[in-house]
Amino acid sequence: MHDFTRRSLLQGGTALAAAGALTGPALLDFAKAWAQASPWKAESGAKLTVMRWKRFVPAEDDAFNAMVAAFKTATGTEMNVFSESFEDVQPKASVAANTGSGLDLAWGLHTLPQLFPTKVLKMNDVADYLGKKYGGWTEAAQKTCMLGNDWLGIPVATIGGYLTYRKSAVDKAGFKEFPTDFPGFLELCKKLKANNTPAGFALGHATGDANAWLHWILWGHNAYTVDKDDKVIINSPETAKALDYCKQLSDSFIPGVASWNDGSNNKAFLAGELFCTANGISIYVAAKDDPKMKDLADDTYHALWPVGPVGKPTELQLAVPILAFNFTKYPNAAKAFVAFMLEKDNYEKWLTGARGYLTHTLNAYDAAPVWTADPKNQVFSQASKRALPASGIGKVGEKAATAIADFIVVDMFANYCTGAKDAKTAMAEAERQLKRIYR
Amino acid sequence: MADIVLTHTKAKPQLREATAWDQVKHNRNWLGFWFMLPAMGFLIFFLAYPLGLGIWLSFTDTKIGRVGQFIGSENYEWLWDDAIFWLSVTNTLVYTFVASAIKFAIGLYLALLLNENLPFKAMLRAAVLIPFIVPTVLSALAFWWIFDSQFSIISWSLKHLGIIDYNINFLGDTTWARICVIFANIWRGVPFVAITLLAGLQTVSPSLYEAATLDGASRWQMFRHITYPLLTPIIAVVMTFSVLFTFTDFQLIWAMTRGGPVNATHLMATLSYQRAIIAGQLGEGAAISSAMIPFLLAAIMVSWFGLQRRKWQQGENND
Repeated sequence: MHDFTRRSLLQGGTALAAAGALTGPALLDFAKAWAQASPWKAESGAKLTVMRWKRFVPAEDDAFNAMVAAFKTATGTEMNVFSESFEDVQPKASVAANTGSGLDLAWGLHTLPQLFPTKVLKMNDVADYLGKKYGGWTEAAQKTCMLGNDWLGIPVATIGGYLTYRKSAVDKAGFKEFPTDFPGFLELCKKLKANNTPAGFALGHATGDANAWLHWILWGHNAYTVDKDDKVIINSPETAKALDYCKQLSDSFIPGVASWNDGSNNKAFLAGELFCTANGISIYVAAKDDPKMKDLADDTYHALWPVGPVGKPTELQLAVPILAFNFTKYPNAAKAFVAFMLEKDNYEKWLTGARGYLTHTLNAYDAAPVWTADPKNQVFSQASKRALPASGIGKVGEKAATAIADFIVVDMFANYCTGAKDAKTAMAEAERQLKRIYR
Repeated sequence: MADIVLTHTKAKPQLREATAWDQVKHNRNWLGFWFMLPAMGFLIFFLAYPLGLGIWLSFTDTKIGRVGQFIGSENYEWLWDDAIFWLSVTNTLVYTFVASAIKFAIGLYLALLLNENLPFKAMLRAAVLIPFIVPTVLSALAFWWIFDSQFSIISWSLKHLGIIDYNINFLGDTTWARICVIFANIWRGVPFVAITLLAGLQTVSPSLYEAATLDGASRWQMFRHITYPLLTPIIAVVMTFSVLFTFTDFQLIWAMTRGGPVNATHLMATLSYQRAIIAGQLGEGAAISSAMIPFLLAAIMVSWFGLQRRKWQQGENND
C-alpha cells in the first residue's frame, strides 16, 4: 500500500524536480483552474482508493504521482494509490467487484472493465468530453472499453510492442528499409541467419512477447480464434497457412526460443547476440541509459509490424484501461480524476515520463513531444491505432483474456514449430481448448 | 457416563436427575473432548477446510472473483480428454520417480560418508545443507541462468574448451529441459535426505558393528544386515516426504521454464496454477490439484505399508 504521506510526496517531489518541470506551481495552478472549470465537482470530503499496475519506468510513476498530488491539492480529495504486479491486478479488481468494497478506481490491463460490466461506473460523459476535446479515440481503444453504447472504462493508454532491430545487420542483409510485408520479413530473417546475425522471437510461455508476435502472424493470415459471434474458428486453412509461415520463420531464429520468457530477448539483444526481435521500448531504453552501450543504442532501430496477406495491420498491443466501480461513494471525484489525467497539461508530461512505454489513445496526442524528442520513439506512437482488440474480431471480454492467459495460440504455434505436433493435431488441440472457454 | 447417573440416584435419591449438561461438565470422556477441541478446531480450520474447499471448487465452474455453479464432474470429464493434462501427469510421475530415486541414492551415499570419521566433519555436514538453505526461487533463478539458451556457463565453458561449437539448447529442447529441471530438483532435495538419514545412522548402536566385526562380517554384510534394517523406518519417513515434496513441486519449474518448452516440463502443480490463477479458471485448476490427491495417497500408502512392515510405529519390538 502506498498512502500519500508527506515523506512519499517529498521523495516524489525531489525526483520530479530532477526530472524537470513536471510539478511545482505550474501544475498546481493548472490543477486548481481545471478543478474550477471541470464538469465534475469532487464531492466534499471525497476519498479515492486507486489500484494501478506496477510501473516499468520510475519517471512514469513520478509523473503519475505528481498528477495525483496536484489533483489532491486542487480538489481536496484524499488519494490513496497503490500498485500491484501485472498478474495481481485482475484478481484483486475482481474481488473488489465481487465484494463491492475496497477500491474506487482500478487501472488494469487488457479488457478489465469488460469482466464485470454491471459493477462499473459508466464513463460515457468522460469519454465524450475527452474524445471531443482531443480528436477522438482510436478504434481498438474504443472497442476495448465499450459495451453497446456504454463506456465501461476509459482507455488510458496502450503499452506498445514493436520490432526492434540492429540497423547494421539489416543493412548487411541487403535491406535498405525494414520489410513491410510477410514474404519480405521472412526473407530478412533468413538472410540474418545466413549472416550469423539471427532474429529471435519467444516461443515459450512469455505472456507479453510470445502472445504479441504469434497473434500478429495468426491475424495477419486472416485467421482468428473466434469469429465476431464468438464461434471458434481456429481450425481453418488460414491457420494452417499461418502455422507454415511461422515454421519457416522460426527455422531462421537463434536457437533456444522455445525456452524464452519475456526477459530473454531483452538479455540476448543487449548482449549483442540477437539482431531482430519484438519488444516494448525497454530494450532501446536500457541501451540508451547505459553509457557503455552507446554503440548498440545508436545501431538499434524500431519498425512497425509488417502487414500480412490480410492487407491491414494486425497487431496485438496491451491496452491499459482504467475503471471506476459503481459502488464508489464519490463518483464525481472518480470521473474528475480520470478526466484530469488525460488533459493535455498532464498527459503529455506523463507520456514523456513513460519514455515511449505508454502510447496515447486520443488522436490529438499524435503530436505529443515524446514522439519527436527521440525519432526512434516515433514507431511506438502507432500502437493504439494499428492494434486489434485482444479478442481479434471476436467479442471483447473475459473469454478472450482467458485464452491469451492460457497460452492457447502460443502453444499451438510452438507445438508445430518445434515439431512436437503436426498442424492438424496442433489446431485440433487449440480448437478443443477454445471451445471449452467459449462454451 | 452411566456410573455418574447411578451414584447420584442411589446416594441422594431426592436430588434432581443429572442433566445432559451435568454430564458434559463432569464426565471424563467429555473432558478429554474439551481438551481436544482447540487442536481439532485448528486442524479443521487450517487443513480440512482448505482441502474440502479445493475439492468442492473442482466440482464448480468458479472463476476468479466470481462464485461458480455446481457442474458435477464436468471439469474431470474435460481433463480426461485433455492431452496437456495427461502430459503433465506423465511429466509429474517421471519427475517424481527419477528425482526421488536419485535423491535417495545420493542422499544415502552422502549420509554414510558423513557418518565416517572425516576431517572437518562438522563443517562438511553444514556445507551439505547449503542447497537446502538457499531459498528455492533463488536457486531456481541461478539454474535458469546456468541453463540459459544463450548465456549458459556450461555451453560457454565447453565452447571455450573446444568441445562444442554451438550453445546447448538446455531449456528449449524437451529432453534437455526435463533433465535440467530434474537435476535442479535433485540438487535441492539431496541435503534433506542426506541429513535425515545421517540422523538415523547416528542412532545405530556401535556395539552392533563391534559384534559383527568380531563375527567376521564384511562391510557390505554390515550394511545389509545392520544399517539397512535399522534405517528402514527413517527411510520410509524421509522418502515419503521427499516424494510428496517432489510431486507437488512448483517453484523450481515456474521460475525455470514456466512449464515450457511446449509444456514438456509442466507438472500438475504448475498447470493447475496456470489454469486457475493466471487464466482465472479456478474450478478447472482445482480439479487438476484434486487429481493429485490419489497419487499422493498412493505414495503414502506404499511407503507406510511397504517399507514399514516393522511395528516400529506402534512401539512394539521388531519382529
